[in-house]
Amino acid sequence: MSRQASRFDSKKVNAEFLTLTYGALVTQMLRDFENVEDVNKQLERIGYNMGMRLIEDFLARTSAPRCLEMRETADRIQQAFRIYLNVQPTISNWSASSDEFSLVFETNPLTEFVELPQDLTNLRYSSILSGCIRGALEMVQLDVQCWFVQDQLKGDNVTELRIKFVRRLEDAIPAGED
Amino acid sequence: MEKLEALKISSMRPRTNILDRPLSKGKTEVSQSIVALLFSEIVQYSQSQVSTVQELQNRLHALGQDVGSRIIDLYFMRERSGRRETKLTQMLLFVKTTVWKNLFGKEAEKLEHANDDECTYYIIEKDPMVNTFISVPKDKGTLNCANFTAGIVEAVLKNSGFPCKVSAHWHKGTTYMVKFEDFVIARDKQLEEK
Repeated sequence: MSRQASRFDSKKVNAEFLTLTYGALVTQMLRDFENVEDVNKQLERIGYNMGMRLIEDFLARTSAPRCLEMRETADRIQQAFRIYLNVQPTISNWSASSDEFSLVFETNPLTEFVELPQDLTNLRYSSILSGCIRGALEMVQLDVQCWFVQDQLKGDNVTELRIKFVRRLEDAIPAGED
Repeated sequence: MEKLEALKISSMRPRTNILDRPLSKGKTEVSQSIVALLFSEIVQYSQSQVSTVQELQNRLHALGQDVGSRIIDLYFMRERSGRRETKLTQMLLFVKTTVWKNLFGKEAEKLEHANDDECTYYIIEKDPMVNTFISVPKDKGTLNCANFTAGIVEAVLKNSGFPCKVSAHWHKGTTYMVKFEDFVIARDKQLEEK
């Protein structure tokens, strides 16, 4: 019973549509919230919601088996970036205990036309990415922390996303069910 | 408000100045799943900020305008080596073909002129990409999230010198009603007479 990848709709959309739509959302949020930190939180939240739904799509598309260690998880995340955003981040900087690593992006489709003004340097523009990873992994019982170490928008050469394994989540039975 | 003005105007850091980089071809593609999920979140977020269907549509419309105002230069530079359109019909065709193709990968199905009002045009799209995965709840029957696209069209036309109002309606799929200001039509007639 092998599943055919072609069964799934792998339609493509111009990346600029995503870039501009996301940009419009961020601009709107800056208008809605006074505090930039609130915008960061809200963007992360949106990413989290997307990740929770995206993992389903990913598992169906790739028929990926369960990961046994973080190194496999890292490969899957890299693969997901290729499928969904058409970018190939490099996996690097593993911690000695293999529970923490970095995804390094040469390009980031979300920030294609973006420049941060000087007074918004504490805006984490691409927070949606870290939220997405956290949400998706939570659905496969992995609790992780995810944050930006470097960001091209802030003048760094690359964008670096750090991911740290926190703990394995236990399946909880919904209240009211045996 | 000052903060937002600053967002639009590029900052002064020389190394990363966007205008120094060559213009991308714009051929990169991403998965429709991620775009659909993002759009769904945008609708939900917008809904959390308002209480009526009309307000929600207005919000999506405003977001679309943000996108629209940014693609004008981009597409005219890329597709027409910087030459803008001055004739109304040509401009509408530009929207129907170039804008649609670049944003959604296909042209809009039809462009029609209203029989009873010379200021009104219709752009008809059978199956808008933004509505692909949206099922409208019964109590919000009139909601059409393609108002986002209507916002894009309005900003493109308005900022190209053709002031108008654009709204999205459920008719033959989705119909965008483009209602120009009277003087736009009068000016176009003058141009034709010359």
